[in-house]
Amino acid sequence: MKGLSVLVRQTTPIPLKAEFICNVGELLAIVGPSGSGKSTLLRCIAGLYTPEKGSIYFNNQPWLETENKINRRVQQRNIGFVFQDYALFEHKTVLENIQLATKGTDKKQCVKSLLQQVNLEGLEARYPSQLSGGQKQRVAIARALAGNPSILLLDEPFSSVDAVTRRKLRLEMLSLVKQLNIPIILVTHDLNEASFLADSMVVLHKGETLQQGIPEQVLRHPKNSMVARLVDVRNLMTAEVLQVEKKHVIVNWQGNLLELVKTKRMNQGDVIHWCIRPMDILLHSRLRPSKGERENAVSVRIQALFSIGGLVTIVLELINAQNILLQIDLSQHVVERNRLQVGETLSVSLVKKAIHTMYQ
Amino acid sequence: MDWGAFKISILLSSCTVALLAVLALMIARFLAWRHFWGKSVVEAMVALPLVLPPTVLGYFFLRFLGRQSELGKLYEQIFSQPLVFSFSGLVLVSVIYSLPFATQPMLRAFEAIPVSVREAAWCCGLTPWQTFWKIELPLAKRGILSGLVLSFAHTMGEFGVVLMVGGNIPDETQTMAIAIFDKVQSFDESAAETMSLFMLMFALCLMGLVNFLVQKRPQ
Repeated sequence: MKGLSVLVRQTTPIPLKAEFICNVGELLAIVGPSGSGKSTLLRCIAGLYTPEKGSIYFNNQPWLETENKINRRVQQRNIGFVFQDYALFEHKTVLENIQLATKGTDKKQCVKSLLQQVNLEGLEARYPSQLSGGQKQRVAIARALAGNPSILLLDEPFSSVDAVTRRKLRLEMLSLVKQLNIPIILVTHDLNEASFLADSMVVLHKGETLQQGIPEQVLRHPKNSMVARLVDVRNLMTAEVLQVEKKHVIVNWQGNLLELVKTKRMNQGDVIHWCIRPMDILLHSRLRPSKGERENAVSVRIQALFSIGGLVTIVLELINAQNILLQIDLSQHVVERNRLQVGETLSVSLVKKAIHTMYQ
Repeated sequence: MDWGAFKISILLSSCTVALLAVLALMIARFLAWRHFWGKSVVEAMVALPLVLPPTVLGYFFLRFLGRQSELGKLYEQIFSQPLVFSFSGLVLVSVIYSLPFATQPMLRAFEAIPVSVREAAWCCGLTPWQTFWKIELPLAKRGILSGLVLSFAHTMGEFGVVLMVGGNIPDETQTMAIAIFDKVQSFDESAAETMSLFMLMFALCLMGLVNFLVQKRPQ
């Protein structure tokens, strides 16, 4: 297999039960809450931390095989690592920082081209203390790439910069990684960042990999309710299967009967989880009832409206179960046209095809 | 002004600092990076001379390295001279006594280097030895230098332990501090004053140097 395959197991001090692969030219994002073991996993790959048990292969070459006592040193793994705090050498200039990691004979030309790539030309003689957060991040990336690494590891590289710089750097990073034909692993707790940059996503919780897939797939179809919570699915609900038909099932959700697409495992009496994205909930026009009104129609009352950048998030409470809240995202003009206000009663459709079901 | 005593003081301080440059550096780096059982005990032992009366240290030195002790006898057998009341003995006890003055600033300087910086150096392909020379040492430079200057100044001013271990042998173990004491005892107040003023100016210059080294200047 071309690329990186990781399997690590550990009980203490940090529990790890992770397994994933990252192909050449792929950017894999490891997401999870703080303390879930993301950085430890990255350190295992780099050779900065040795887990109790495990194996790490790069292009079929073992970097770590605890069973056979193989553990290549970090210097032998040829890693490019961008640290969360950038870890620049404060006593060296930008040029010296990058030059230190450069291999080969034509070091100057290599540094020059890297500086050009990360838009840092003209800052060669500056010290890290004279750079902004964004510039430091670029130096860290240039230094990580200077040794023509086998893989690139990015440990929350955008966490120390402001939102505006972060957006700019993400765009730069996206164009930069497309030029690299190596496995790239990004650790982040920002799901938007992962969706924007990554080709593949791994969800990590308490050191355990729960799901790997393309970001869109993981976010829309979480494997179970735990993954759904970790990827911040907003409308995550529980229902009981009442009736199993050939292609669909009828479930009871807080006294509302919903028709859902049948999956293989479903049996009568099962308690299942389901979710629907806020943008997939259909709002029924009070003047012109839509066809969707017949599909999983639910009566709700508007509890709150939050507007951010032209998009309005409306919190809806069920008429027959007020502690159950649904969220729906609408554009500002739709809200204004329908004159939606707090306290108003509405009808919405939870379209069958948009509902994703899962088990515990 | 007793230039002979000044020469002994300078020589003693220089030898002590030369030995501490290696010993304190090794101890400081080891304590800064390593976590092991009993680390706090080792740290306490290194810092002990800071709170211990010099006479206590001198007493134990005489007790365990004196001419009647096994170690003292062994040393005398090998080097054909006793360790006590000799310049070598003075250097040894000064190294022990000044150890915390050299180690503490170095330890703080090494501790201030983030672990990620060392790891970044390894990821750049540098070996641990190259990382020490190219990254750690330059970053801890100020702490190392101030530790060495502090221990130099401290050795220059040592009295109790020098008197107990080295005695008062002119051109052999008589340092400036002992010589000033000697002049006061013999009512030569003019010489004592000159030497005291000279030592005051010397100490001021050294402390100025320490402050200059510790102060972080903008790049």
